[in-house]
Amino acid sequence: MTVAMSPDTVPRIWRLARLDYDPARQRPVLLYPEGAVLLNDTGQAILELVDGQRTVAQIAAELGARYQTDVTADVTDYLSYLAERELVQ
Amino acid sequence: MTMERPTTLLAELTHRCPLHCPYCSNPLDLLRAEHEIGTDDWKRVFTEARELGVLQLGLSGGEPLIRKDLEELAGHARSLGLYTTLVTSGLGLTRKRAEALRAAGLEHVQVSVQDVDPATAERIAGTSSVKQKQAAIALVKELGFAFSINVVLHRANLDRIGEIIDYAAGCGADRLELANTQYYGWGLKNRATLMPRREQVLAAKEIAQDRILRYKGRMQITFVLPDYFEELPKACYGGWGRYYIVVSPDGKALPCHGAYAIPSLELPSVREHSVQWIWHESSAFQAYRGDDWMKEPCRSCPRKTVDFGGCRCQALALTGDAANTDPVCMLSPRRNVIDEALHEHAGADEYAYRDYAAEPQGA
Ligand code: SF4
Ligand code: SF4
Repeated sequence: MTVAMSPDTVPRIWRLARLDYDPARQRPVLLYPEGAVLLNDTGQAILELVDGQRTVAQIAAELGARYQTDVTADVTDYLSYLAERELVQ
Repeated sequence: MTMERPTTLLAELTHRCPLHCPYCSNPLDLLRAEHEIGTDDWKRVFTEARELGVLQLGLSGGEPLIRKDLEELAGHARSLGLYTTLVTSGLGLTRKRAEALRAAGLEHVQVSVQDVDPATAERIAGTSSVKQKQAAIALVKELGFAFSINVVLHRANLDRIGEIIDYAAGCGADRLELANTQYYGWGLKNRATLMPRREQVLAAKEIAQDRILRYKGRMQITFVLPDYFEELPKACYGGWGRYYIVVSPDGKALPCHGAYAIPSLELPSVREHSVQWIWHESSAFQAYRGDDWMKEPCRSCPRKTVDFGGCRCQALALTGDAANTDPVCMLSPRRNVIDEALHEHAGADEYAYRDYAAEPQGA
């Protein structure tokens, strides 16, 4: 089942999850009850912009400007993947 | 073999508990208060575990609220960045303690619920607890903790799975864990009374699947079939010595809850060793790590990197050798012991309640 993340969706991180840094693995990590997702730099960059205000399109535009390339598909896929796991709504 | 970093520490702070559930995951030999390790020991264990890579901490028991230093321990865990879950029966969660735990930075509270039917709930808990649980749940909600309900499923409550799920949603739970009874320790002792019937399991599965969709986005529901009713075993704790460390009230470190029952294991103590040494060097954590220890049919089976041959404690309890294939597996030559257990329940309806063997429980 795929969870729709349209350009106008305003994603937010699940209330129970917390973005943190794991000093042992030296990786950003999303922590939540009974689980954790280790993030890469892209994942971290995306999630740092998931603030319950920005839309998917705005997040993609900001990161696109930062990396000088179109990242819409990456952002949408990544957020859909996390939405699938109910870590982003 | 690359050694993983552990992700989860389950701190069994005490075996003391006001309830007497006949499926309790504590060992049959319950430890008394005087054997429990102190506040500083626990803090050091949390710090060392964090350094090793642990992300999740379970403050569990028994009933962890019986420990007066729970707030201090929760605060220390938060300062380390651990995501901490208090695993509680709810009994003893006064407003004062709930507020202190919140202030200490505790994030997640998991309350066990025995049943929605008060009579059965009391029969399972061996004591009256329903009102106190309700009060605890209200506090957890009011103070804004992340909130899970955990229900252990067995023959006497499985038919009410739909009502149980609706009840949890009505309580405003963020998560509901529908856990099957694990048949080791107390659960194995009470297996004939706890084991559900196949029709019950199949009906429950359908109801759960339906409710999982209905509550999607509001409440996460985890439900897995009891392994006795499956043909392939589950990876126990994600594999021996891969992610999990359990520390018992007296400071013994175990790769899983049930490992108490494997007499050949020399359980290392956090009183004598660092968590790092225990993880990397101790014989107990290496005993069934990877696949060198495996016998046939696991050794040459492609699933051995998926389920690691199933549960060692179950293999020992039911086949007499912890290195055997988990008898749940249809490829196990001993699968018959599982099939026989599925039929042994006729007539059994008495529980052996967990309790201390002799004298009254310590302070
Ligand atoms: S399972 Fe029951 S008896 Fe065992 S620790 Fe939990 S509440 Fe106490
Ligand atoms: S034979 Fe062993 S590895 Fe293969 S499925 Fe059964 S338990 Fe798993």
